Amino acid sequence: MLPKWFDKWNADNPTNIFGPAILIGVIGAAVFVAAMVVTFGNPLQTASLQTGPRGTGMSVPEFNLVRLQEDPTIEDYYTEEPYIPEGDEPLARDIYENVQVLGDLTEDNFNRVMTAMTQWVSPEQGCVYCHGEGDLETYGEDNLYTKIVSRRMIQMTQNINENWSGHVNAVEEVGVNCYTCHRGENVPSEIWFRISPVNEAAGGWASVQNRATTASQFTSLPSNALEVYLTDYEPVNVHDLESRVPGIPNDEDVASIQKTEMTYSLMNYFSNSLGVNCVFCHNSRAFYDPEQHTPQWATALLGRQMVIEMNQEYLIPLEDEYPPERLGPIYADAPKAACKTCHKGYQRPLQGMNVIADWPELATTEAPVYE
Amino acid sequence: MAFPEYQNIFTQVQVQGNPEWGMDDQGNNMMEERVGKPRFNTLVGLFGNAQLGPYYVGWTTLVAFATGIAWFVIVGFNMLAQVGYSIPQFIRQLFWLALEPPSPEYGLSIPPLDEGGWYIIASFFLLVSVLTWLLRAYLLAQQHKMGKHIFWGFAAAVWLFLVLGLFRPVLMGSWSEAVPYGIFPHLDWTTAFSIRYGNLYYNPFHCLSIVFLYGSVLLFCMHGGTILAVTRYGGDRELEQIYDRGTATERAALFWRWTMGFNATMEGIHRWAWWFAVLTPITGGIGILLTGTVVDNWFIWAQEHNFAPMYDGSYGYEDYGSYEAFIGKED
Repeated sequence: MLPKWFDKWNADNPTNIFGPAILIGVIGAAVFVAAMVVTFGNPLQTASLQTGPRGTGMSVPEFNLVRLQEDPTIEDYYTEEPYIPEGDEPLARDIYENVQVLGDLTEDNFNRVMTAMTQWVSPEQGCVYCHGEGDLETYGEDNLYTKIVSRRMIQMTQNINENWSGHVNAVEEVGVNCYTCHRGENVPSEIWFRISPVNEAAGGWASVQNRATTASQFTSLPSNALEVYLTDYEPVNVHDLESRVPGIPNDEDVASIQKTEMTYSLMNYFSNSLGVNCVFCHNSRAFYDPEQHTPQWATALLGRQMVIEMNQEYLIPLEDEYPPERLGPIYADAPKAACKTCHKGYQRPLQGMNVIADWPELATTEAPVYE
Repeated sequence: MAFPEYQNIFTQVQVQGNPEWGMDDQGNNMMEERVGKPRFNTLVGLFGNAQLGPYYVGWTTLVAFATGIAWFVIVGFNMLAQVGYSIPQFIRQLFWLALEPPSPEYGLSIPPLDEGGWYIIASFFLLVSVLTWLLRAYLLAQQHKMGKHIFWGFAAAVWLFLVLGLFRPVLMGSWSEAVPYGIFPHLDWTTAFSIRYGNLYYNPFHCLSIVFLYGSVLLFCMHGGTILAVTRYGGDRELEQIYDRGTATERAALFWRWTMGFNATMEGIHRWAWWFAVLTPITGGIGILLTGTVVDNWFIWAQEHNFAPMYDGSYGYEDYGSYEAFIGKED
């Protein structure tokens, strides 16, 4: 098949081509890959931001560059500047019936807030989602659970903006409104329910962990960390603050390995909620040491207290109001909030967009102050 | 030029012929304890001796296997029970599942079976299994009239095992300190252990253990590379070269002496390697044993002993840039 001269040349020049072929193949492939990387850029590129002294390795890497681009939900955000009252307009509580919150607003502003809430929470269903199918005269009725829940949520939003400014305005004015959690959905994403115990045929410590669940962030760490640490003020710190402290693990004030895994699970949830790692707040060589924390540590600490209050005072007590399909799949418990319900994987919800400047009505539990 | 047929992991020389049966000349009926008809396998020969079997099955083998299987089955069925005997879930969650030690409130007592009782029973079987296997290494060496170096090497690993599962939990007064039997859960335990006791990297015995571990890797590579490099001069006959030094040893010795001014000997390199390997779990075990019993926060301990420096500089990203710049909203 091949020309005779070729076969003859091959017979006269026996050569082991495997060694050189592999070598040339490897070098050639390396050159090709290098050329592609130079031409099209590193496909595994990361960005990082230093957060601590040099030598500590403290930085916030962003392996997912998509997260550095604009949060897609920002585009759908609806906002409208307030109508500054002149002082003699009638107020909502006098115009409408059964106005228990937002009663200090003028009619224009009241309807402005109502319209915005519709855009933020029920853009598809509109007003009827809370007020029902009836005429405007029936809008004062409390027939639907959605209306009762949203009234309480307005109070929760006002409370957060008024009393938890240290968290929600930690760096600059950002605040929260309905959209911070809802993002155009009736039920916010990243809410959570009680699921523990997760293992059958096991009791105590063995029953609440070692399962890939959303609550454990798909680790084998305990699945009940949010239940324990975000519905009550159980201490999360596990370290001894002296090099030697007496006590055995079943003492009340001696943290066990198990307790440490619970804390680890909570901290892992924090990390995933904000798209950061441990060193965003801690110098990982001494997690407990306040002198080696970043300012974000204090913000997160406040955030945890805020979430506990939200769950205890606002979300859990609404349990009896919800229809069954809104309750937890296992224990029919009320939906609860945590870091990720607002943050959605970003360091700041909506990447730090100020969502309160246009809504003084949601910034205070008292009469709004327009400026 | 690379020679891929030479520089690879596979054994280049295979010996296949009449299988070797081992000695049976002491009047001690050793053949009776060997099972399996010896045979040759070319694939196995690529990685080691091509001969497979016969295999020694004495009473130690039987006890170690029986108790080891008991441990394995208890752990496996506990995992299976945890997923409600669902085989798909068992496979799916296998790396997540574990048999956990008791909760702290049980101390050193025996808890109910589903709250750590099975763990205690399984651990007992594992203890018998590992210690019998250790004895097996001793008895086999004795029968071969060998030194007991391999026994002591394995004993060093067993020391670390006993510290983790027996000595330290007893000293701490709680079985809850033991390590869970599970793929990911034992890694969770390891991380939590370091975090709980203020960062194990500041434990000097942990440091030593790392030195010996990485040192073992380095020595292993240096020695393997050296012997392979002088095999062409008979360097693979290492033991004979100890007392009858030939050109292979001379060349290897010269290479290292000219490289770093010092060289091991054909005997000494094996003593180095054995001690580095053995000291890894010995020092590691000491470090674990001291943690929670003598020292509760290694970082603070390290500060008290002046080997954890403090760094100058600010904490928090505000001093290094801004979040807005990070997400590309400003320069």
